[in-house]
Amino acid sequence: MGNPMRIRAKLDGDVVDAKVLMNHAMETGQRKDASGALVPAHYITKVIASCNGKTVLEADWGPSVSRNPLLGFRFRGAAAGDTLSVTWTDSMNDTRTDEAVIG
Amino acid sequence: MLHRREFLRDMGQGGILAALLSSGLLTIPKAWAADRNQAAFAARTVEEAFAALGAGTPAASDEITLEAPEIAENGAVVPVNVATSIAGADAIAILVEKNPNALAAVTTIPAGTEAYVSTRVKMQQTSRVIALVRAKGSFFMASKDVKVTLGGCGG
Repeated sequence: MGNPMRIRAKLDGDVVDAKVLMNHAMETGQRKDASGALVPAHYITKVIASCNGKTVLEADWGPSVSRNPLLGFRFRGAAAGDTLSVTWTDSMNDTRTDEAVIG
Repeated sequence: MLHRREFLRDMGQGGILAALLSSGLLTIPKAWAADRNQAAFAARTVEEAFAALGAGTPAASDEITLEAPEIAENGAVVPVNVATSIAGADAIAILVEKNPNALAAVTTIPAGTEAYVSTRVKMQQTSRVIALVRAKGSFFMASKDVKVTLGGCGG
């Protein structure tokens, strides 16, 4: 299930400025732990943001995206009070969805 | 490196996707990222990644704004912002030339969403960071050299 995301979605004129901070280790599979063993790859592969039933952003990621990923984007067609929903899926098929009200 | 387990899992997902498609439950939007481009993410070099993305040799464009620091003290967290004024831009990819796999992220921009994306990437060493933009089936790019003083990959 992972840990909660922090989502901020602010209406600026008719554009929603969205910033999503995900809580994920984003292990590349190339890092070694203290005992010298390789830490298995575990990273977010897909992020989908939707609002009012419409996909507003879709991203495919590799392990080069930083730990605790940040995703910023801007979209139109939403009003204050609408809900922005963000879902990620990772390389171990874990998934998590969080929502925020556009303010 | 594509490991057997990942390969099997990906094949499995493909099977489910195919079943959903054939049953008409799911229609693929005309989006780059609709189906993860495994070959592009597995590519070692920028050229291989471009080829896998169907980008060929993209034209350099000054209508792409690529913001990244000149010097990144911590290669684990390098902020990258990409925006473009190219009409009809519907996908933005971010690549780090000297990372083990060059392609970091592919973002699909539906109509109504601005051609802008902001994220943070890892950089193993000093390298060129590339923003690739697809617009009306054509590809454009911009690049910036980022000096890394402390690598962000490996241990």
